[in-house]
Amino acid sequence: MSLIIKSNKEINLSDRTLARIAELKTRFPEGRQKSALLTVLHEVQDENENWLTIEAMDKVAELLSIKPVEVYEVASFYSMYNQKPVGKYMFEFCRTSCCALRGAEDMIEYTCNKLGVEEGQVTADGMFSVKGVECLGACGYAPMMQLGDFYQEFLNEQKIDALIEDCKAGKIELLSKV
Amino acid sequence: MGKKILLEHIDVPGIETYAVYRSKGGYESVSKALKTAPNDIVEEVKKSGLRGRGGAGFPTGLKWSFIDKKSGRPRHLVCNADESEPGTFKDRYLMEKLPHLLVEGMITSSIALEANLSYIYIRGEYMWVYRILEKAINEAKAAGWLGKNIQGSGYDLELHVTCGAGAYICGEETALIESLEGKRGNPRIKPPFPAVVGLYGNPTVVNNVESIMNIPWILNNGGEEYAKIGVGKSTGTKLISASGNIRKPGVYEIELGITVEDFVMSDEWCGGMQTDRPLKACVPGGSSVPILPANLLFKTAKDETRLMTYESMSDGGFATGSMIGSGGFIVYDDRACVVRNTWNFSRFYHHESCGQCSPCREGTGWMEKILWRLEHGFGNMEDIELLWDIQRKIEGNTICPLGDAAAWPVAAAIRHFRDEFEFHVKFPEKVKNRKHFEGEPWEKVKHLIKKEETVLA
Repeated sequence: MSLIIKSNKEINLSDRTLARIAELKTRFPEGRQKSALLTVLHEVQDENENWLTIEAMDKVAELLSIKPVEVYEVASFYSMYNQKPVGKYMFEFCRTSCCALRGAEDMIEYTCNKLGVEEGQVTADGMFSVKGVECLGACGYAPMMQLGDFYQEFLNEQKIDALIEDCKAGKIELLSKV
Repeated sequence: MGKKILLEHIDVPGIETYAVYRSKGGYESVSKALKTAPNDIVEEVKKSGLRGRGGAGFPTGLKWSFIDKKSGRPRHLVCNADESEPGTFKDRYLMEKLPHLLVEGMITSSIALEANLSYIYIRGEYMWVYRILEKAINEAKAAGWLGKNIQGSGYDLELHVTCGAGAYICGEETALIESLEGKRGNPRIKPPFPAVVGLYGNPTVVNNVESIMNIPWILNNGGEEYAKIGVGKSTGTKLISASGNIRKPGVYEIELGITVEDFVMSDEWCGGMQTDRPLKACVPGGSSVPILPANLLFKTAKDETRLMTYESMSDGGFATGSMIGSGGFIVYDDRACVVRNTWNFSRFYHHESCGQCSPCREGTGWMEKILWRLEHGFGNMEDIELLWDIQRKIEGNTICPLGDAAAWPVAAAIRHFRDEFEFHVKFPEKVKNRKHFEGEPWEKVKHLIKKEETVLA
């Protein structure tokens, strides 16, 4: 399933992110900096339009002094790393049992219809994508979805309408602050 | 109201901050632990009878006593905060509201294990909780509870939080260790067990969030006091994540030993069913454990009252019992379709299989496909036998328990709800609509199966 896309764009990480990566490396014993890989990939993805290009992954390999393939094999294993472009606002609906019991499938259908996309697709303007994902650990607050670093819970059609409007108006914060 | 150990101060405003947490007696167990011989702390935890709250229920003190202290290699405590068993959301609640209780438990437990470098591994989706934990660790460090020479004791401890990125398998302790080392989450072959060869090849203990959060209370009050709560070998309290078709989904701390019926029907907990539809089934311990039909939930097969304990929940074995597992308690009313739900679980396990062992990698995919066609009205009777055969061949034949976890729900669904599977084969036109039992609940259509049997006989 995994694919690696070259964007031919240079990766320029901000000083803030570089400092953050340097700090993350100190959390592990000497010679074990690879342990920071998963966290570093999140940081780099956050700064690269929420997906990992081959250049981004090569940069991470360089920063952690590991081989590029060690980054690719990890990026392709974990579902949170996007290896192709996604919408700026990615609606990731939990579709596992408890959410399904409380209408997750209806919510996915409703959102797809409203945005004019199918599951897994990105809207033409690059603003939205919709995805069904497996259990997010919010079973008591179903149906729900992940939007950026945060959860949106007890969803219904009105809440989804309001969220879409808020996204368009730039009112939705996607990242949790360090 | 039952006894509260973890949630005692949950409603105190600001309890997530260091100052308020400390004012409620927080970090006292660290002071006590620093003055206690490490092996005595382990003994205290053994006396408490505390059992691993991640799902397996293995005695925590015993697990600790296995850690190799003789080799002189560095030791590590790793907290498993990779909560991802469908139906389970208690650890997130605990960490979000009581981050300092986890940090305190990590320090006290690290002292017992004589570990100087410990980690909390949290699932990547809980990113905002990761930030909460980072903040709590920094506050604890600033207050002198972490770092070099803690409180002048000569004991050093570094504690860090690190995160995953979306892989259920990393909740398995050796996969978690691999992931923590920056690799794919492929479980390791055991032995050697992590207590001997774990993180970076060093002796390591991996414990669930809730297990670690129980340690401060046990140290402050004594293992014997803890063991007085609960019934038999199910001591203490347990957090239950309740979800599905009940009136009050949420996280509840219960004393082990209350009845299942009280837990479901009482307003103190689940508050009964969501609508007027009757209870049909329950998955009492997270998606991996066998589903129980209503008639086996409140009473065991021997007609005894079923209790919320490790023993009572598994009374009858897999034939008529289940497991308390992670405490992910999912309730289904008769609008829910067991075939659809089993397909949903199978899709989950297929998605989450790491791919290392072929019985799991291939078997979970086959089960998902067969369940898909049964659910959508394209199945035949042989499919039910085929499904049974595949699940049987996965169970016990894989490196880690994910294979078993994928097999058990399928086996239990066929064992208890075979007539519903047959209904899907015999009346395909009645299951074409995905909400087939919403308009016509199972209770109202199941006679069709019985009628046909009579005719055939």
